Amino acid sequence: MRKTNFDFMGKRMIAAGVSGFLLVASVVALVAVGLNRGLDFTGGALVEVGFAAPVVPQEVREQLEGAGFVNAVVQNFGSETDILIRVPPRAGVDQSTVGDEILVMLRSSYGEVALRRSEVVGPAVGEELTEKGGIAMLVALAVVMLYIMFRFTGKFAIGAVTALAHDVIVALGAFAVFRWTFNLAELAAILAVIGYSLNDTIVVSDRIRENFRIVRRGRPVDIINQSLNEMLGRTLVTSLTTLLVLVALLVAAGEQIRGFATALTIGVVVGTYSSIYVAASMLLALGISKEDLTLPEKEGQDDKLVP
Amino acid sequence: MLGEDLLGGRRPTRRPPNRYPLWRYLLIVSIIALGMIYASPNLYPPDYALQIAPESTGRFVSQSMIDASVAALEDAGVGVIRGEVTPTGGLIRVETNEDQLRGRAVLDDQLNPSNTERAYVIALNLASTTPAWLEGIGGKPMAKGLDLSGGIRFLLEVDIDSAIGKRLDDEASNVRSELRDARIRYARTEELVRDQAIRIGFTDAEMRDHAIEQLREDYGPPNYTMDEQVVDGRPGLVIEVDAAYIDEIENYAITQNIVSLRNRVNELGVSEPLVTRLGRSRIEVNLPGVQDSSEAKRILDKFANLEIHLAAFPDDRPTEVEEMPYEGRIERIQKEIVVTGDRVTNAMQDFDPETQLPQVSITLDSIGGDRMHDATRDNIGHPMAIVFIEQKPIKQEDGSVVLRGERRLISVATIQAALGYRFRITGLSMREAQDLALLLRAGALAAPMRIVEERTVGASLGEQNIERGMYSVVAGFLLVLIFMPLYYKVFGLVADLALTLNLVILVAVMSLLGATLTLPGIAGIVLTVGMAVDANVLIFSRIREELARSPPQQAIQAGYDRAFLTILDANVTTLFVALILLSIGSGPVAGFAITLAIGIVTSMFTAIMGSRALVNLIYGGRTLTKLRI
Repeated sequence: MRKTNFDFMGKRMIAAGVSGFLLVASVVALVAVGLNRGLDFTGGALVEVGFAAPVVPQEVREQLEGAGFVNAVVQNFGSETDILIRVPPRAGVDQSTVGDEILVMLRSSYGEVALRRSEVVGPAVGEELTEKGGIAMLVALAVVMLYIMFRFTGKFAIGAVTALAHDVIVALGAFAVFRWTFNLAELAAILAVIGYSLNDTIVVSDRIRENFRIVRRGRPVDIINQSLNEMLGRTLVTSLTTLLVLVALLVAAGEQIRGFATALTIGVVVGTYSSIYVAASMLLALGISKEDLTLPEKEGQDDKLVP
Repeated sequence: MLGEDLLGGRRPTRRPPNRYPLWRYLLIVSIIALGMIYASPNLYPPDYALQIAPESTGRFVSQSMIDASVAALEDAGVGVIRGEVTPTGGLIRVETNEDQLRGRAVLDDQLNPSNTERAYVIALNLASTTPAWLEGIGGKPMAKGLDLSGGIRFLLEVDIDSAIGKRLDDEASNVRSELRDARIRYARTEELVRDQAIRIGFTDAEMRDHAIEQLREDYGPPNYTMDEQVVDGRPGLVIEVDAAYIDEIENYAITQNIVSLRNRVNELGVSEPLVTRLGRSRIEVNLPGVQDSSEAKRILDKFANLEIHLAAFPDDRPTEVEEMPYEGRIERIQKEIVVTGDRVTNAMQDFDPETQLPQVSITLDSIGGDRMHDATRDNIGHPMAIVFIEQKPIKQEDGSVVLRGERRLISVATIQAALGYRFRITGLSMREAQDLALLLRAGALAAPMRIVEERTVGASLGEQNIERGMYSVVAGFLLVLIFMPLYYKVFGLVADLALTLNLVILVAVMSLLGATLTLPGIAGIVLTVGMAVDANVLIFSRIREELARSPPQQAIQAGYDRAFLTILDANVTTLFVALILLSIGSGPVAGFAITLAIGIVTSMFTAIMGSRALVNLIYGGRTLTKLRI
């Protein structure tokens, strides 16, 4: 990587516009449409079956409706011969036998049907998980904030957590906009995004802190620009290797991992962007200065000098 | 920032630049060697196998029986690898998963003739092919999760409130008899137990004080608290269970249910079932290899309990007597329970030595034995009743489903002698005796349970998941391996080696910890591969920068030193996130979180120490004028 000298911070208002748009769009989508929560969160029953020959989902749905499974979602899963059937939870109906019933029904009309997977989740379990997942996300953000406050300063902590919240909201927003199913694995991916984006933000922050201490002259905006340029090579290489393996997961690992890999891919792209534009811009917005980064015992003296 | 001063500053050194002392190389080499040894069992895929275990201790599996079984399997076209006698029975290795399933049916026909009691349990198993010396030093391959092996996972919710309610009912009848024995008059109400406490009203305050005196020993602290309160407008007494004791009752109920579930699951013939507690009131049951969910559910669903009561005496108060139908007539039995099914430690169908008629021989634990003795010694010649309780899900008006015990009187027998912890129930038909023994042995549950989650993964999907998962690991790994040398030249090769070592050590640690490999776990490995190079990328970029102001040897030194804290900060925070993920619970998230956490730690070792050792070996001690990086 050649030495670069982009004026990252000069474009920060444009970036703020882009981020603002993405955030507003995500929040609107999340509030208006909501996440397409999967079985893990909603409860209900799911059956994945393999047919000997390609089948039309619509046909299967009509059959199911005839058998009393109203509102069943039927779709191809990975290939034309594989079908995924989701039956929403119904109040007061014990669903523990739904999988068996559907299989028996399909076998009677299609002959050989292989059960690939069947899942039944009680509504209570789903509700509990939604709560736990939300709490886990908040705890993760809080712990991260504390650690950065301890290792860096409060301003860095605010910058990093803003960047993380930005990434999480945008990634969740994408799931809401595109109606992708959001299950436990996707929740894990979102939390992993927090981990990844944080990694990136810390590496960049570390360099900003170092440069604020070494560079004698220069406005904060120049020091941050210089730091971002110095770290650009590393940021891109790491994002690239991570994206390489994610592409491998997306292409090779099959339908069950697709949502997980998609969430991570979005997270890595947004996370790379946010460690430059959200975390660093936030530092400028908060008025970061050399004084913030001098050693603690000196900070006390500086306080007294403030007019 | 003490660490930074220590690590970041340029330390004066007497060693030649970039040379590790010998002990460091030795340490790194031994860790690598250990990693390779403990990762290697994963290279030996286990054989599909059928395990034959005798149902009762009287039988055993002989070599000739194995030979006959192998012959029967081969006749049926099942691909057999070999059969052997093991300490617990026999083991026949077969070629494929399909051979295994077909083989079980063949062996079941061969070894268990119909219309007799089952003699041998035939279980699906995976037989290790790890060499003995590796197993001897604790080497074992990673276990595969259900999403890879195929199988069924159940999540059961234990009704804790019902366990506590049941315990309170027991105590309430004890309180009744204590008060009666002490001739203390109390207000007779239908139920003493209301709102998780025993509430008794007395005729006057004096009676209540007597009662407190009488009950203090059994119902005082630490397990209970007694409070003087007004009950139904009378001077009364409220006995509440202490929170710590409730925990104890809960833990007992869950432990007892787990034991019973294990017994039931064994009836299914699953070789390595997993039954574990999850959170406060849930039990997870994993049945690898099982495909028939309705059969599994039928056995798990057998929520049966058993109570032994004395038949009512003529002078018993009507509130203490329950009437139940039995063989076309109404039997009156005491509400008070002598012993419940959870006190049963063993039950067998055998024959009365004198009459040769079928009977059930029951063994109780010591508490159950004492109670049985106390109840029977003064009541010889009096009938005793056995009540069987089956939990059935009942739909409520509001749509929710609750479990209700359906009570059925299954036996009324006359007490022939003072009974202890071993006694027999006679007068049963062969069929009745077998069923009763099975139900008793399968274990009563201390609290009812219901299935709240069920996941079945078909064998074909499991195999496909493994194949695709491995393919994505290999593809992702190769892509990174190719990229690094293109970008960092020799240093890229060093990073490649460090990455490979990381993968080996990661697999070794997961195998040693007994972690289960799942599909999200594989995704975690892939992601670790992508992210683990970050540490090397950080170091190498730093070396490039340092090269602008210092000679190569110092640049290498400074690159490693200065990148260290950045790497540490970045990894510690990711580790926090992985640990938070772990706390969300079991299933896919846990599998991913464990791999991620282990991967972070191992990558720190390989990317920093491992790669440094290599770089030192290549460049250390040489005079360098230029460094291609």
